[in-house]
Amino acid sequence: MSAAAEMVAEVTYRDACRMALRDALVRDTRVFLMGEDVGHYGGCYAVSKGLLEEFGPERIRDTPLSESGFTGIGIGAAMNGMRPIVEIMTVNFALLALDQIVNNAATIRHMSGGQFGVPLVIRMATGAGRQLAAQHSHSLEGWFAHVPGLKVLAPATIEDARGMLWTAIEDPDPVLIFEHVMLYNSGGPLAAGAGAVPIDKAAIRRAGQNVSLITYGGSLPKALKAAEELAGQGIEAEVVDLRTLRPLDDETICASVAKTRRAVIVDEGWCSGSLAAEISARIMEKVFWSLDAPVARVCSAEVPIPYPEHLEQAALPQVPAIVAAAKGVVG
Amino acid sequence: MTDTELRISVIAELGNIAPETDAGSIDPDADLREALDIDSLDFLNFIAALHKRLGVEVPESDYAKLLTLNGAVRYLATKTP
Amino acid sequence: MPSLGADMEAGTLVEWLKQPGDKLHHGDIIAVVETEKGAIEVEIFMDGIMGRQLIAPHTKVPVGTPLAIIEGVAGEQAKAAPKAAEAPPAPAVSKPIAPTAAPGAAIRATPAARKAAAARGLALDGLAGTGPEGAIQLADVERELSAAGAPAARKGLDLDKMRHAIAAAMTRSKRDIPHYYLATTIDMSRALAWLAATNAARAPEARLLPAVLTLKAVAAALRRYPKFNGFYNDPGGFVAREPIHIGTAIAIRGGGLVSPAIHDCDRLSLDELMAKLRDLAARARDGRLRSSELTDPTITVSSLGERGVESLYGVIYPPQVAIVGLGKIVPRPIAVEDKIEVRPVMAATLAADHRVSDGHLGSLFLNAVDARLQEPEKL
Repeated sequence: MSAAAEMVAEVTYRDACRMALRDALVRDTRVFLMGEDVGHYGGCYAVSKGLLEEFGPERIRDTPLSESGFTGIGIGAAMNGMRPIVEIMTVNFALLALDQIVNNAATIRHMSGGQFGVPLVIRMATGAGRQLAAQHSHSLEGWFAHVPGLKVLAPATIEDARGMLWTAIEDPDPVLIFEHVMLYNSGGPLAAGAGAVPIDKAAIRRAGQNVSLITYGGSLPKALKAAEELAGQGIEAEVVDLRTLRPLDDETICASVAKTRRAVIVDEGWCSGSLAAEISARIMEKVFWSLDAPVARVCSAEVPIPYPEHLEQAALPQVPAIVAAAKGVVG
Repeated sequence: MTDTELRISVIAELGNIAPETDAGSIDPDADLREALDIDSLDFLNFIAALHKRLGVEVPESDYAKLLTLNGAVRYLATKTP
Repeated sequence: MPSLGADMEAGTLVEWLKQPGDKLHHGDIIAVVETEKGAIEVEIFMDGIMGRQLIAPHTKVPVGTPLAIIEGVAGEQAKAAPKAAEAPPAPAVSKPIAPTAAPGAAIRATPAARKAAAARGLALDGLAGTGPEGAIQLADVERELSAAGAPAARKGLDLDKMRHAIAAAMTRSKRDIPHYYLATTIDMSRALAWLAATNAARAPEARLLPAVLTLKAVAAALRRYPKFNGFYNDPGGFVAREPIHIGTAIAIRGGGLVSPAIHDCDRLSLDELMAKLRDLAARARDGRLRSSELTDPTITVSSLGERGVESLYGVIYPPQVAIVGLGKIVPRPIAVEDKIEVRPVMAATLAADHRVSDGHLGSLFLNAVDARLQEPEKL
């Protein structure tokens, strides 16, 4: 490790996202950022603040409120040799661009027999907790993780926020990056030399023997807090950060569950038809004979995310529910 | 060969047959099969080992004469120079 | 980790005898594994090259865990010693529930607990569960299994562990197998006379024991009555085995018992059988048996020898379906034509699985053993 890499700075998740954007814009002139309010306003979550001044309006482009339109432009630019980064304000608005993402970006590689690819990166915010009400608070990344032809990432740490973007840009196919709104203000140390990270492996964020807490994105800090509480009660939880929601890293998930023999999946999406459901099914298929308890899930309540703070918090996965679920499967 | 030398030879071979036991400490007039918990295969191996060590070929009809430590020493004394 | 018997759950890899890059041939001994039955040499049943070794020495792993990758096997990778794990139709990893699933009665036990219990032949119905909703979980099974024997560090045989393994297998046998018992008395005068004449001309190390004749006679009778030579598994029922591998019960001084296989007993000459018996007994007592010798027996013969009593009724070692018990050869007055004569006789018994055969067939089989022993020169 170089001397530069050993130097550590205290940064926020938002800073890390901005550092990643800046780095990509500097490294590759084909890269440009496009989306609603990314230029003059500096981004809805202030991620792209200052980039317009540094890179100019050609590369930091404000768009009209037309998700389908600018996502389609991004697909066209990618097919023609550029490396666009499209920012969609929240996943809820990405539904307006579903046709472009699912019918075009995800399919063209296959429908052209491999002649055309779409090296496009789409960043969007996801999740609840800021009292933005039902139309801005849902966690729909599981829907995109359903679709072949897409890669779906969920950076949950400072390092991943800093490192996943460049690896995604280098991917020849469309990659969606989901940034949880409650992570932007979280802070932590980042090595000065931190750079690209792999996007094909889950990570063990805490090792343990008694139960696997499998989670991603905005739920990772909650799972880690729950693991801390469980440790105080004599239960050693292993925390698996999925990092990549499609394709899922079955090997890491199953190795952990085979070791601990118990799994709790924490997913801010709704239970029905969720990523948590998919992971649970894979555990049954691959490591059934290692299980010492039924797989448990901690997901959001099956309601549109409420606006009032107390109801919003009640609808989301929380530390006490994770602790209770873990104790339930340990017995 | 003296009785003592023969006794040492017999105890050594019994020790090889039943290494878990202490062949030197058994009652010299006890039935070896009982004292050392050895079976017919062990006993045959014992006879074969004596043949190899001392050159004495014990016919089956004489097996009964070697069923104790003292008996074996007496028998072998008559067969060795 | 091969399953070296119905009662084995896990084994400790003691050492690798082949290193990555070594050429392997069918029959080579590649590793030594410690089990309840002592240190067992693991054989390989394919040609190839030792690839990556997945398990380090002194590691205890469950049955079914791959130990190493064998490379260069018909273009694909194969895990070490799969034959040893699949050869015995003892409860294998693929069918873990079979032996413990009680029809009708649903026992609340987790998959991990069921698998571990099945691998060791442990009944779940007596266990208390400490898992979710009172389920029996792996820790409960492990507690039960370890209750009987503390792990021992010394090499070779651990008699406490062996006693535990025997207990598990015999309990399972008596619970699951409907035994029936037959006995007959065999006139051994011709066999012993032939043996005495043969041995008289031989040096002690070349002499034969009566056990060789009886083993060969049982093997020859099995060729005619294959219903006693094979395995019974649930489900699937009885499968007869073509080769006759007789498990030969060998007592261990200080307690304990193993029944390693004498392979292809019917095809061996009496001298070859004697050499095998000598070798097996020595290695059994040394705790140096080979994996195939523990997993292959298709029937067991237990003989009490000259220090035993007159008759022995055995307990079948699952998944085998029969055990022949041979008592001490003793002089007894018997009727020969219309006179009474004193002759050496031996009680031969059969304990067999009633799911597979009936007493009629069993008596024909025992009579066939008797008939073979009346013509020792043909053995």
